[in-house]
Amino acid sequence: MTQNGYFARDTQWHPPALTPGYKTSVARSPTRAKLSFPTSLSEETGPVFGHNILGPLDNDLIHNFAAADQSAIGPRIVVYGRVLDETGRPVPGALVEVWQANAGGRYRHKKESYLASLDPNFGGCGRVITDENGCYEFRTIQPGPYPWPNGPNDWRPAHIHFSVFGQGFAQRLITQMYFEGDPMIWLCPIVGTIDDPRAVESLVAALDMTRTIPMDARAYKFDIVLRGRRQTFFENRAEGL
Amino acid sequence: MVQSLNLLKESPSQTAGPYVHIGCTPNFSGIDIYGGDLGTTMKTGPVQGTEITLRGAVFDGTGTPLRDAMVEIWQADANGIYPGNDPRGAADPHFTGWGRSPGDMETGEFTFQTVKPGQVPWRNGQLQAPHITFWIVARGINLGLQTRMYFADEVEANAADPILSRIEHQNRVPTLLAQPDGTGVYRFDIRLQGDAETIFFDI
Ligand SMILES: [Fe+2]
Repeated sequence: MTQNGYFARDTQWHPPALTPGYKTSVARSPTRAKLSFPTSLSEETGPVFGHNILGPLDNDLIHNFAAADQSAIGPRIVVYGRVLDETGRPVPGALVEVWQANAGGRYRHKKESYLASLDPNFGGCGRVITDENGCYEFRTIQPGPYPWPNGPNDWRPAHIHFSVFGQGFAQRLITQMYFEGDPMIWLCPIVGTIDDPRAVESLVAALDMTRTIPMDARAYKFDIVLRGRRQTFFENRAEGL
Repeated sequence: MVQSLNLLKESPSQTAGPYVHIGCTPNFSGIDIYGGDLGTTMKTGPVQGTEITLRGAVFDGTGTPLRDAMVEIWQADANGIYPGNDPRGAADPHFTGWGRSPGDMETGEFTFQTVKPGQVPWRNGQLQAPHITFWIVARGINLGLQTRMYFADEVEANAADPILSRIEHQNRVPTLLAQPDGTGVYRFDIRLQGDAETIFFDI
């Protein structure tokens, strides 16, 4: 049977499991070699999410938790981009879930202990599904940086967390988006789990004044790349692995 | 100089962090939105096959269960067809194949109400033993961990499975086996480190 599997992941590009600068990884990193094999139907298929699951405010974090006629506090931004695969093809129908701190750097979570205030009009989550061209867009406020327990004085740069589904479960990815020009990016031990500075730069969204909504919100562009799928005319022979 | 392959690099992973539940299971986190969390229900009506309950937890290298993990599973229906986009045809219309569990806030235990999957062909057409793909993210995990769960009571199918049979260290195969734990219940614990470290897949 013909199956064109997904490209292998570049383990030098992704962060390794054990990164002692990020202390929590020490007891949570597998120590043995992973078992490698090519993808099969079990990884080349994946859940399909229809646009019908979305509500009208799901991609509007400024309003989706706010009281009627109120809105979240903070610098208003649009985040937009495309979900592509490594061959450059758009990924339509990709579910993108995002979560973030409020403008003061505080999350709406029971285990959050930062002294910055909650914003009663900000929940901190949103979701969107890419269109037929792989494009997505959501509106939010720019999150603040926040301190976190790791080293004696570690701070996260302003960031938005992304969870992305592709067409195959092999493409499943969680990552974070950073903001152009933020000096905190290069001080962060979580960013520092990635060795290659070019890989870090691929997570930094660019300010795009052409997509600004005048007198309303600035815009940041953030493209997401998922694993590519092999294209071959030739079938796999039945010789196994 | 040669021509460029024009390939893009995959976006590098970053940890899901301690607040993944805000984004992926907001209602579980106390944020009332979307009309419910995705992945809590895998059965949307009467399903074909044997209904089962999966339980387990993810343990760190000190033996402590993770209380901030998120576990997702992806599996075929009782006939071995994947819901959604399986090129071989339509699956059980009342089965989603995909589950997502934030784990219990106190114990970290995940639970899935699902069906026992049928057998799915390997790349060469040979049938694989029934299995469920697991994907685990949490604070301190830099790249989501993928593994597979097989059924300890599928002795024959497991012995013939193209992946299980090729694992070099056969003494580690039990780390991939869910154990029966009462009628219709299976237990599958995932260990990130230690003597019984789960086999993770680079797939
Ligand atoms: Fe964060």
